[in-house]
Amino acid sequence: MGVGITVEHLNAFYGKNQALFDVNITVLANHATALIGPSGCGKTTFIRCLNRLHETIPEARVEGKVNIGDLSVYNGTSATQLRRRVGMVFQKPNPFPTMSIYDNVAAGLKLNGFSNRQQLDEVVEKSLNHAALWDEVKDSLHKQSGAGLSGGQQQRLCIARALAVQPEVLLMDEPCSALDPISTGKIEELIFQLKEQYTIVIVTHNMQQAARVAEFTGFFLLGKMIEFGKTEKIFTNPSDKRTEDYVTGRFG
Amino acid sequence: MSDPNSSTAAVLIPHISIPPITLRRRVADHAMTGVAALTVVVVLVPLFAIFAYLVYKGIGSINVAFLTQTPKPVGEAGGGMANAIVGSIVILAIASLLGVPLGIGAGIFLSEYGRNRYGDIVRFVSDVLNGVPSIVIGIVAYGLVVLPQKHFSALAGGVALAIMMIPTIARTTEQMLLLVPQAIREAAYGLGVSRWRTTLSITLRTATSGVITGVMLAFARVAGETAPLLFTAFGNQYWNWKTDQPTAALSLQIFTYAISPFDEWHRQAWAGALVLIVLIVAAVAAVRIAVKHGTLAGA
Amino acid sequence: MSNQALPRPRFKAPEPDRGSKADLKIEARATPLLQGKVSEIPDAFFGWVMRLCGLAVVALLGLIVYQLVVGSELSWHAFGWKFFGQSDWNPVSDQYGALPFIYGTIVSSLLSLVIAVPLSIGVAVFITEMCPTGLRGTLSFTTELLAAIPSVVYGLWAIFVLVPILRAYVQPFLARTLGWTGLFSGPPYGIGMLAAGVILAIMIIPIISSITREVLTVIPQHQREAVLALGATRWEMIRMGVLRNARAGIVGAIILGLGRALGETMAVTMVIGNRPEIAKSLFAPGYTMASVLANEFTEATGNLYLSALIEIGLALFFVTIVVNALARLMVWSVTRGQPARTIA
Repeated sequence: MGVGITVEHLNAFYGKNQALFDVNITVLANHATALIGPSGCGKTTFIRCLNRLHETIPEARVEGKVNIGDLSVYNGTSATQLRRRVGMVFQKPNPFPTMSIYDNVAAGLKLNGFSNRQQLDEVVEKSLNHAALWDEVKDSLHKQSGAGLSGGQQQRLCIARALAVQPEVLLMDEPCSALDPISTGKIEELIFQLKEQYTIVIVTHNMQQAARVAEFTGFFLLGKMIEFGKTEKIFTNPSDKRTEDYVTGRFG
Repeated sequence: MSDPNSSTAAVLIPHISIPPITLRRRVADHAMTGVAALTVVVVLVPLFAIFAYLVYKGIGSINVAFLTQTPKPVGEAGGGMANAIVGSIVILAIASLLGVPLGIGAGIFLSEYGRNRYGDIVRFVSDVLNGVPSIVIGIVAYGLVVLPQKHFSALAGGVALAIMMIPTIARTTEQMLLLVPQAIREAAYGLGVSRWRTTLSITLRTATSGVITGVMLAFARVAGETAPLLFTAFGNQYWNWKTDQPTAALSLQIFTYAISPFDEWHRQAWAGALVLIVLIVAAVAAVRIAVKHGTLAGA
Repeated sequence: MSNQALPRPRFKAPEPDRGSKADLKIEARATPLLQGKVSEIPDAFFGWVMRLCGLAVVALLGLIVYQLVVGSELSWHAFGWKFFGQSDWNPVSDQYGALPFIYGTIVSSLLSLVIAVPLSIGVAVFITEMCPTGLRGTLSFTTELLAAIPSVVYGLWAIFVLVPILRAYVQPFLARTLGWTGLFSGPPYGIGMLAAGVILAIMIIPIISSITREVLTVIPQHQREAVLALGATRWEMIRMGVLRNARAGIVGAIILGLGRALGETMAVTMVIGNRPEIAKSLFAPGYTMASVLANEFTEATGNLYLSALIEIGLALFFVTIVVNALARLMVWSVTRGQPARTIA
C-alpha cells in the first residue's frame, strides 16, 4: 500500500538563489497528485526534494520538514534508505545502457545485495507486467540492452525498474514529455492502474494529462504553491486568479 | 528626410570597382594546397619506411630458436630473445598491477569527488607528470627501489613504468567517466543505491570500454619504453625467474644489440623490434575485440 | 470571478480508455523485499580510498622532486651554479660541467623544431581544411601511428637506414651548398647532431600535428565563412580565418613538441655520437642531457659522479616541466578548457 506525504514549510535553494518558497502540501495515500505550472516554477525542484536528489547538486540545500508515511525525510534517515522507499521516473528515459532489459529491472534489487535468482526472476516478470512491457520484451530479456528499445518502451522499462524495488511512493517528473502520443496514452493508463498500490506524484506540463490521471492537483508559480485541491475544482472553479489564468491558457 | 536614392548617398559611398580574383591569388591557392599535400607525403615516408624495414630486415630472423632461446655469447651465431620477451611481459605485468588500479582510482576521484579546487590540483599535477622525461622517472625508481634493495630488479622496472602509466590512465578515466550522463547516476540514486555502488557498478560500468581503451593506450606507450629500464631492470643475458635480480627486457635487448659492433646482433635487433611492435599491436587489438564481444546488442 | 471575453472552460476529466488492460490486476504486496538499515560507512570509506588515489598522484610528484634534489646535493655543494656554465666533463678527475649537454639538448631540439614545425602544420592544415572528408580518418590515423613507434625502434632504424643516407647523400649535398655557413663543415660521419635533429623531428611531428589539428577544429565555422564571404580564396581563408585565430594554440603545440624533444632519450643516444663537445657544425657529434644519463648512469663510480648526473636529471626535469606548463596554457587559451587529448 502507498503512504501519504506531508510537506511543511519547504524552502529550497540553489546556492544563493531560492527556488521554493514555503511550500505546504499534504498528498493522500493511493492517489495520484499532479503538479502543474509554467517552466521554471519549481515543480521539478519540489519532487527532487522529496527523494533528496536535490541535494546532490553542488551548493543546493533544503529547509523544512517532509514526512513520507512515518519516515522523516530530512531528520535522521539516510538518503539511500529513503530512496529505497521512494521511486522516481525521469523526464528523459534513462535505462542503463550496458545492461540487458532483465538486469535493468533487477538493478535496484541486485545493487542492494538481493541475489536469490528465482525471486529475482519473479520480481522482474511482475514489474514488467505492471509496466505493461512484459509481452513485448519477454523473449529478449537477456539479449537486448536497455538502450536498444524505443522511447516509449524505454520509459516503461524505467517504470518497471522503479517498481521492482517496491517503493511506496512513485515520483514522476514529466514522464511522457519525451514520448509520442501512443506511448503517452499507454503510460497514462498505467498510472491509473498503479494508483491502487502506490502513491503517485506526477509533474506535468500538460494540463489535460493532469486532468486525466490525477485526483488532486497543485499549481506552482515562481517557486510558490499557489493552489492545491481536487483536480476538478482546480480546472473548473479555481480560487486564485493566477490559477485561472494559467489553466485557461492566458500564460505559460 | 533624405532620399537614399539621391546623389548624396553616391557621394558618401564612392564607387569602387573590385577587380576579379587575380591569377596570382589563384596560383597561390593551388600552390599552397600542393605544398600541404607534399608535407603529408613527406611525413608518411618515414612511417612506411620504418614498417617496411622492420618487416624486411626482421622477418627472416624470427624463428622458433629466436623465440625460445637466450642470447648466445658474443661471436656465436644463433640464440634468441626468449628471456627478453618473457622479462618484458613480467615487468609490464608488475607495472599494470601497480599502475592500473591507482590510475583508475585517481580518475574516479577526479570525476566523482574532484570537481573542486583539490581536484584541480591533482589534475594539474597529473598533466605535469605526463611531461616528465622517462629517463628521469628511471632515476626516481632507481632511488626508490634499486638503492634500498641494493640490486636491479623487474620490480624496479615495473615501478618506473607504473609511475608513467598512472597520470595517463587517470586523465583518460576521468574524461570517460565525465561522458556518462548525470541522468544515469540519478537513476541509480533514485533506486536507493548507495554512492559507492553507483560509482562502481553503474558509472564505471557504463564507461568501461572507454576506460579500457585509455588503459591500453597507456600500456602501449610504456611497453616500448627503454630509458626507464636502463637502471632499474638493467637487462640480463640469462633467464631470471626471481623478481629481485636484473631482468631482461625486449626494448633493452634491442638497444644493446643495435649499438653493438656485431652484425649478428644487429640482425637480431631488427627481429626483436618486429616482435615488440607485433606484441604491442596484438595486445591492443585483443583487448578491443574482447571489449566489443562483451557488449550487448543496442548498447 | 472576472468578466473576460474568454469563456471559462467546463471540462470534466475524461475517462481514460481502459480497454484491454482492464484485467491487469496489481496484487497487494506482501512483505517488502528490501529490509534492513543502510550503513553510511561503505560510502565514506570508498570516498576516502578514492581521495587517497588522487593524493597518491600528488605524492608521486613530491617523491620525484625529493629524489632528484636529495641526489644532486653533493654536486650542488661542489660546483654551485658554475655546474651549468663549465664544459669540462671529466669523471677521472671528478670535474663536472654540464654545458656540453645543455648545448647539445638545445641544439638538437631546436633543429628538430625547424624541421618538424612546417611539416606538422602542413599536415594539420591539409587534414582539417583541404583533404576530402573520406580520407580524413585514414590520414589522421596513419600520422598518429607514428606516435606509437617506440623510441628504441626509431633509433634502430636511424642507425641503419637514416645515418647511411645522411652520410652518403644529404651531408655532402649540404656541405656543397650551405657549407659557407659553417654549420655543415667537417667530415660527414652521418652520426652526429644532424642525425639527432632529423630523427627527433620525425618523432615530434605526430604531437605537434595532432594538437594543431585539435586547435584548428575548434575554430568555429562562422569564422571561415566570414572570410569566404569577403571573396577570399581557400588558402586566404585558411590564413586569415583559421591560422590567425589559432595562433596561440599552434604555438602551444610547438612548445609541447619541444618539451617532448627535450626529454627524448633512446633514439638520440643511438645517433648523436655521445661526445661531450661543443661544436658549431651540425655534422659534429654531440651529447644531450638525456643521453649522458642513459649512457653513464650505471657506470658512475663515485658519489660525486652520480650526484652530478642526478643534477643533470633535475635540470632536465625542471626545464621540461616549465616548457610543458607554458605549452598547455597556450593550447588551453584557444580550446578553452576542453580537456587536452592524451597522446599515446
